[in-house]
Amino acid sequence: MGLLLTEDEKMLQESAAGFFADKAPVSQIRALRDDRDATGYSKELWLEMSEMGFTGVLVDAENGGFDMGFMAAGLIAEQMGKNLSASPFLSSSVLAATALKMAGDKQAAKLLPEIVSGKMVMALAVDEGGKHNPDAIQMTASPSGNGFKLNGKKSMVVDGHMADQIIVVAQTDDGLTLFVVPTDAKGLDTERTIMVDSRNAARMVFEDVEVTGEQVLGEVGKGADILNTVLNAGRAVLAAEMLGAASQVFQTTNDYLKERKQFGKIIGEFQALQHRMAHLYCELELARTSVLTALTALDKNPKSAGPFVSMAKAKLGSVAKLAALESVQLHGGMGMTDELDIGLYLKRIRVAQELLGDADYHIAQITK
Amino acid sequence: MSDLEQFRAETCAWLGANCPEEMRTPMKRETDGCWGGRNWVFQSEAQKLWLERMAAKGWTAPSWPKQYGGAGLSRAEDKILKQEMKRINARPPLLSFGIWMLGPALLKFGTEAQKMRFLPEICRGEIRWCQGYSEPNAGSDLASLATKCEDKGDHFLVNGSKVWTSYADEADWIFCLVRTDNTGKKHHGISFILFDMETEGVSTKPIKLISGRSPFCETFFENVKVPKENLVGERDKGWTIAKYLLTHEREMIGDSGNLKPVAQMVAELGIIPDAALQAKITELTIDEWAFSQTMSRMLAEAKAGASLGAKSSMLKYYGTELNKRRYEVMMDAAGYDGLEWESERSNDGELARLWLRTKGNSIEGGTSEIQLNIIAKHILELPGT
Ligand SMILES: Cc1cc2nc3c(=O)[nH]c(=O)nc-3n(C[C@H](O)[C@H](O)[C@H](O)COP(=O)(O)OP(=O)(O)OC[C@H]3O[C@@H](n4cnc5c(N)ncnc54)[C@H](O)[C@@H]3O)c2cc1C
Repeated sequence: MGLLLTEDEKMLQESAAGFFADKAPVSQIRALRDDRDATGYSKELWLEMSEMGFTGVLVDAENGGFDMGFMAAGLIAEQMGKNLSASPFLSSSVLAATALKMAGDKQAAKLLPEIVSGKMVMALAVDEGGKHNPDAIQMTASPSGNGFKLNGKKSMVVDGHMADQIIVVAQTDDGLTLFVVPTDAKGLDTERTIMVDSRNAARMVFEDVEVTGEQVLGEVGKGADILNTVLNAGRAVLAAEMLGAASQVFQTTNDYLKERKQFGKIIGEFQALQHRMAHLYCELELARTSVLTALTALDKNPKSAGPFVSMAKAKLGSVAKLAALESVQLHGGMGMTDELDIGLYLKRIRVAQELLGDADYHIAQITK
Repeated sequence: MSDLEQFRAETCAWLGANCPEEMRTPMKRETDGCWGGRNWVFQSEAQKLWLERMAAKGWTAPSWPKQYGGAGLSRAEDKILKQEMKRINARPPLLSFGIWMLGPALLKFGTEAQKMRFLPEICRGEIRWCQGYSEPNAGSDLASLATKCEDKGDHFLVNGSKVWTSYADEADWIFCLVRTDNTGKKHHGISFILFDMETEGVSTKPIKLISGRSPFCETFFENVKVPKENLVGERDKGWTIAKYLLTHEREMIGDSGNLKPVAQMVAELGIIPDAALQAKITELTIDEWAFSQTMSRMLAEAKAGASLGAKSSMLKYYGTELNKRRYEVMMDAAGYDGLEWESERSNDGELARLWLRTKGNSIEGGTSEIQLNIIAKHILELPGT
């Protein structure tokens, strides 16, 4: 079942752990926030991630990648979650790379090496409203000359504010189609949105944005198959990131319970608090299993992985949230301060919860 | 017409004639309220007028006796006033720690001179108070507080520090728990004193919160001289006052009875809930309703003017946990839009900031865990220390 890591996976986990703790600890996202950085991530870090091979974790060797699979991508994301490391990993190396790889066409050969090298950032534009809902895409691509004209709007395009290219999902007569669109295309209006977790997304408005047939990713009308796997890859990797964040915030809380004194006792002595932590421990263990299962299922057969991915994203949606809320509460007044990192975890977990479907969305998917 | 019907009709007519239109619109931000005080800058003429008119009527503290600036309303009349204000969406004329916390304690424990000196000013919104209870090492275990207060003959001398003091940097005066004796048990030797925040030796340092705002401070006292007449109640016996005040604070914090229902807030965002969201909203609606009815029942059961005692812990615990759940569901409902932090569209992330602020509800005024301990010990009489 892949619930135990292989030696290779353990090595990757260790090197990712060391790398992110060293190069992108929580202080980095805090500094990016406080400096009001225009991109919201460190380009230096992104290039170093490329040197480490992380940017190409899902890219095949032919295109300069390492083809290590979804489990590996999840292990990297878990460490990013622990440290709240911000980078275009999800948007470029997971979502875009998976889409390009599945399409496997000329565009893939051109763009994938640039993702691996860290030279280019790509984002996925799927949602249009306030909630994740890939079944409600209204953006249209209507035939025009040799190509199409795109019309509509997109919301929560993660990293869309600084991406070079975006993969846009639109309706054509025959169904969903994916297009690769440069962000400087005429008729495309991009508004950066700064989110509660100090990371960035974009709202995009397309007004008669012209694309050629060459910009179609995969086949016209067959975008749904690719999209499904792309989204599941993103969801599983996000769940892994949330696992990392939740585990870290849990650890911080557990440490605090061994330090803080009230009523002449260490507060960890109060059984009421012990039980809260013990319960959370149990939940986190189940959360970990669900993430490992989803990543394994994706590696085995992406087409049948959907329910496992939804289970993981739903489970982490509730468990990571609980871990963050408990952390604030059990730190008392300290938990409300910006000085501690807990708030940053609470905020990131809230955003990750919402991205690509919250627990309700995924419960509905499984119920279907 | 019964007396109460008569009162309702008069109240309705008076509010209709005296509440400025601008004061009948929802507050857009947490910072939109009127806190009053020496340095208060009114945000609008309407805000000023509304406070003055309500204060003249005694309706900023409707149930307080008339001679202290209140209107001497009975509980039933007070309730009618609240209902009538809610009906026209009138904003509260004044947000005030003086009214919610200090006032009730002064009414019960203050000398006549203290009442005459402070209460009318509080009612008129001319003095703003902060609460100096918590210290770095005395949070849940408040009684272990250590801020030192020495008797210097003609005055007290205060040294020490407080933390999480809400609005200390904007307040005129502080009601403060200090240690006047540390030789006995920790509950003994605490005194309840009042002093001006402009007194030499008082300084504050704002603390930034996860919401990005800084409503509370670290507060430092270095050789602060306090006149002796500013001691409330008996020296060394301030714990009784401190606890009495806390029960009022808890009722106030727990009081989500007047909050806008989640169903309405979701509707105002223009969101049409799907089945899962609707189920959560309905579940909350049931609890909102049951909670507000429980609150009314408990107040009705208690003797007029009497404190709810340990039951205030139940209201504090349930009300604040409920409010946190309400805002979690609001965030679920708003989705991506609710996660925006700086845009004009999101009113600078107001929903997200409120959501973050609610996390403090179950900490301030005594944590949820402490309320549960009180319920277990004092209501359920379960054994333990
Ligand atoms: C928004 C906000 C505004 C505030 N405003 C003011 C103010 O104006 N003036 C003021 O004086 N104070 C104020 N406070 C402080 C507040 O009263 C304290 O934060 C609170 O009493 C908790 O104390 P602490 O922060 O030291 O937490 P701690 O006491 O250290 O608690 C840490 C954790 O341990 C738990 N715990 C402690 N003892 C027990 C026990 N016996 N059994 C089980 N669990 C236990 C707590 O519940 C908490 O989860 C404010 C706090 C907040 C968050």
